[in-house]
Formats: sequence, structure tokens, C-alpha cells
Amino acid sequence: MTAGATELGPPPLLDISDLAVRFGPVRAVDGVSLRLSPGPCGLGLVGESGSGKTTIGRAALRLVRTAGGTIRFAGTDVAGLRGKALQDFRRAAQIVFQDPDGVLDPRIRIGATLGEVLVAHRMAGRRAAAEQARALLAEVGLDPAFTARYPHQLSGGQRQRVSIARALSVRPRLLVLDEPTSALDVRAQAAILALIGRLRAQRSLAYLLITHNLAIVSELCEQTAVLYLGRVAESGPTGAVLGRPAHPYTVALRSAVPELGGTHRARLVLPGEPPDPARPPPGCVFHPRCPIAVDRCRAEVPVLRPVGPGRLAACHRAEEVLAGALPGAALLGGALPGGALPGGALPGATPSASPGPGPASTAEGSPPGWTAAAPPA
Amino acid sequence: MRLAITGLQVSFGTRLVVDVAELHVGAAEIVGLAGESGSGKSMTTLAVLGLAHTVGATVRGSITLDGTELTGLSQRELREVRGRRIAAIFQSPATAFSPVFRVGSVVHRALRLHGMTSGEAAGAASRAMRQVLLSPRLLDRYPSQLSGGQLQRVAIAIALGLRAEVLLADEPTSALDVTVQAEVLEVLRELRERDGMSVLFISHDLAVVAELCDRVAVMRQGRIVEEGPAGAVLSAPQDPYTADLLAAVPVIRAEAGP
Repeated sequence: MTAGATELGPPPLLDISDLAVRFGPVRAVDGVSLRLSPGPCGLGLVGESGSGKTTIGRAALRLVRTAGGTIRFAGTDVAGLRGKALQDFRRAAQIVFQDPDGVLDPRIRIGATLGEVLVAHRMAGRRAAAEQARALLAEVGLDPAFTARYPHQLSGGQRQRVSIARALSVRPRLLVLDEPTSALDVRAQAAILALIGRLRAQRSLAYLLITHNLAIVSELCEQTAVLYLGRVAESGPTGAVLGRPAHPYTVALRSAVPELGGTHRARLVLPGEPPDPARPPPGCVFHPRCPIAVDRCRAEVPVLRPVGPGRLAACHRAEEVLAGALPGAALLGGALPGGALPGGALPGATPSASPGPGPASTAEGSPPGWTAAAPPA
Repeated sequence: MRLAITGLQVSFGTRLVVDVAELHVGAAEIVGLAGESGSGKSMTTLAVLGLAHTVGATVRGSITLDGTELTGLSQRELREVRGRRIAAIFQSPATAFSPVFRVGSVVHRALRLHGMTSGEAAGAASRAMRQVLLSPRLLDRYPSQLSGGQLQRVAIAIALGLRAEVLLADEPTSALDVTVQAEVLEVLRELRERDGMSVLFISHDLAVVAELCDRVAVMRQGRIVEEGPAGAVLSAPQDPYTADLLAAVPVIRAEAGP
């Protein structure tokens, strides 16, 4: 699914190769390659603000101009699509945003919003569209009578269900889910995650799930790519990536996540802030914050390379990270069985939390970089 | 008890939105107030700050700081308390700063307003910045030149500069990235340990509450349904609503390596 996955298995539904997106001087996405198999299948894109995860999702839908690379959907380069073929692609690849209010017009009833999409794609006449809108609401767990309501009469979680229903209405093969639960309360979030898990099986959906929440990808995605400053830091099967990271950034990200029952844990605290993407540092873009950076990291850009079954990492010292060289790595692995995926999620593991040697001191005498940030002037 | 809330009722007209029998925060204690949107946790904050009337709510009951009753104080008397003895930080730190002023001038003005001389304010601002692990040089920057996490820490620095005894933190990390959130939580922990600051930490995120707080009160529809030591409440909830919230927290499922 991600680049470098075995050549066996079905051809990818979405094949992103060496993607680059620039916003002026900012390299928002820089040489990213990802693959997503036909559904049911989920690929998680995780990373923090500025990591490029949202831009990749939009580029996959041809919603932003690319500066390089190709995006193939079911074998066809989407950049060359015109006319009918483009409209077919627009139908087959849908997006669900963080904020459903961006999708729902406050002055238009829910039924009309859903029907409009079907009519626009010539998938139904007006009357049939109204009937389908009711069926769609039922499918996402809402009262079909909600077709008569306005968006403000629904809760945030209900509006997000409508937004998902809208995306599903045209029978897409690919969904881009961009932080679909970040604006919701925890119980509404859990319900939406369960809904996505159910729909992926029923509809055989393939999706890119964009989130900063590692727990969400661990529930809903077989594969995960961790992004840092527009590049893939590492990728592979979700359980393996989160359980035994190969990149120091994943270790830090993983150890920063607060967890129930995880009070006194070893934590890998990153010094400083992410660098300015308009002026990325030389060598590995992560090196100014990396606790195990060596001279080579400051000079030579690490290529994304195989580091295990189905796994890729862009780190010169990935083998040492995999072997647990970083403080904070020891805490990883706590898990519970079961999940939103039908038949249970990825296999659980025994908790191996142990008090580690405390926050990492930065290597080679460089000062702790709380103040090292260099925001744009 | 440093901050004690007793029989607090906040209402809009006839609609009661907060009905808290008792909630207190001791010296150097971090208490979590957890609940979903609409549960009344933010209205409780506003009431403690004496600001509930600004959104049209009426407040009944008792709020005391070190034994001094705060309800019924005039706005002028409240100003002696609010900001100085009880400080607040909110979800979006940007709202605490004007985009056209350097953050240092905002910090400086807050300290001057509460009676410091210009020289004292400059010294206190620098000290407070170091306490939140930021370089005082950042005071010369504009808000847009700082990250969200840095800005939130400057907001905390204002509270420190004023030697606030109680910090009301209303979802202070909900808008931040997880690594930045970890830094802000670390700062709050240090303030409690080093400076004895008391914190009322308002959050919908029970995992964050579990990591940070000594005690937790779970709020639902304006009422506290369960209260106790954070470890006990979150590992063995007595109220079904607390159990519901806990069950909804997504958990990282990971494979241990060979």
C-alpha cells in the first residue's frame, strides 16, 4: 500500500509517486510516495501542523496544483483528466472535512443538500434524490426525517454524519477523511469512528485518514505514514509503526500522546519547534530536534528505505531506533484488543511500560532547544 | 482551601446551566473539570472570574479565594483579584494578544496595570518567560511570529509575572499539537511543584486529565456527577456517565516488537 510494499496483491487504487506541492517558497509536500489498495482499506496520514498531511489529501483529489510527481487513480494519471473522465473522478473520490459546517449551507435543508449532489452527478432525478437522501441518512445512523431539518437543528456529531452521507451518496471508491472527528466531543467521536469502521466494510471503502490522533489510525487504518515537514518520516503496518517506531520523530509523537493510566512515563521531549518549511535545514529535516542526530544527519538527506516487513523509514539510524535506542521507546506497546474495525483491530500487545531514564538529553552537548525556534520574520 | 465554590448556580433567565454544590482547589493542587461541550465547565470559569454577567448570566452562591468571598465584590474590587490572584488562559492563546503589538508590550501592560513600575514589569516579564521555558527575547516578537504553543506559554507567563495563586486553564491545549501540548502540560506541572500554583484545568480530554490532575470533577448538564482522586475516578468510575466518557476515549493499539 505504501511505496515499497510487495508487488503481490491488487494494483493500488491510489498511487502517489514523488509528489511535490509548493506554496510560494514553502515546500509543503516534498517527494512523497504512497499507495492505497482498493477497499476495504485505510491508510493513515499522521503528523502535526505543517506536516503536509492535509495538502497530500487535497492533492490526491486534484484540489491543489502540484509542483511535481504523479497521482494515479485506478491506474490513470489524474493530472490529465478532462471532461467526462474528470467528472467521473470527482464522483469516485470524495472528501469529508473536519468542519461539517463548511459543507452544509445553513439556509438549505439537509435533504436538499444531499439531493443536490446526486442531481449534479446525474445519479438521480429530483424525486429519486429525495428518496435516496432518506436512505443515506438511515445508513449513517440518523433519522430519515432529518431531511426536513436545517443544519443548525443538528448537533455537531449529527452534522458530521450528514457530511459523511453526502460523500457516500455518489458511491465513491476513495474517501479522504480530513480530521473527521477533531471538532467533536469524545462520545460523538467514538460514534463517528464506529460508523467509519462499519461503512468501510459495507461499502468496501478505501480511505486516506488524515489525523493528528494516533489512536484513531490505530483503530481504522491498516497502514500508516508518519509525516514531518512535508516528507514521509516512516510508513508501514500501523500496529508495527506505533508499537516499534523506526524513526525518532514517531517515538516522540507516540510518547507525547496522553493516555489513560499512563501517568508517569518516560517521555521523549523534542526540543524546539518544527523548522520553517520555506528554509528547511540541510541533511535530515528532523536533525535539529533529533536526540540522536550525528554528523551524517546534518549533511546527508536520509532516503526512505526498507527497515522491516512492509516498513520504510527515512532515518540513518533507523536500526538503532528499532532496537530501542531512544528513551521513551520502552513505553510503547500498551494496547487493548478489539476496535472499530469489524472483527477487531490489529492484534494487541502486552503493555511494556517501564520508567525509562527520563526525558532525552540532546546529543553531543547541544543545548536544550526550547528557544531554538526561528519563526518567519 | 485556596479556591472554594459552594452552591454555585449560573442561569440564563430561568434556565439553570451550572448547579455546582461543591468544588474546591487546594494549594498546589491541580483539579480537572471534565465534561463535554455544553456541560457548563466554561460557564463555571466565567463565574469564578466574575465575568458571567458579561454574557448575560446571573450567578448565585459562594466563590471564595483563601476565605475571601468573591461574589458580590464590585468590579473595581474584583479587578484586584482577577488577573492578579486568579489568572486565566483559554483554548486560543491568540485571543489574549493583539496582532499589532509585540507580545512583550501586552505582558508589560498587564503587569503595569496591576501596579508594577515599568522597571519591575520588565524584570518580572523576563523571569516569567524563563519559568515557562521561553527565551525573554521572544517578548520582542509579534504574536504571528510565535507558534501556538509558545503563545500559550507567554499567556501563562503573564499569570506568573503577576504571581497568580490560582490559574484557570480552560481547554488550554485543545488547539495544540500533541508534542506542544506535552510541553505546556510540563510547564503547568512545574508551576505547581516549584511555585505552589493551584490550577483548575478544564478539559474534555480525559487522557490529558489523567496525566495532569490530582483530582477530577466530571460535569454533566451543569452538575458534578462524580468527583475524587483522578487515578481512582478514571480507573474505577462510579457514575455511568464517567464510564461512558472513558469508554469513548480512543486507545492506541500497537504491536510490541519482537
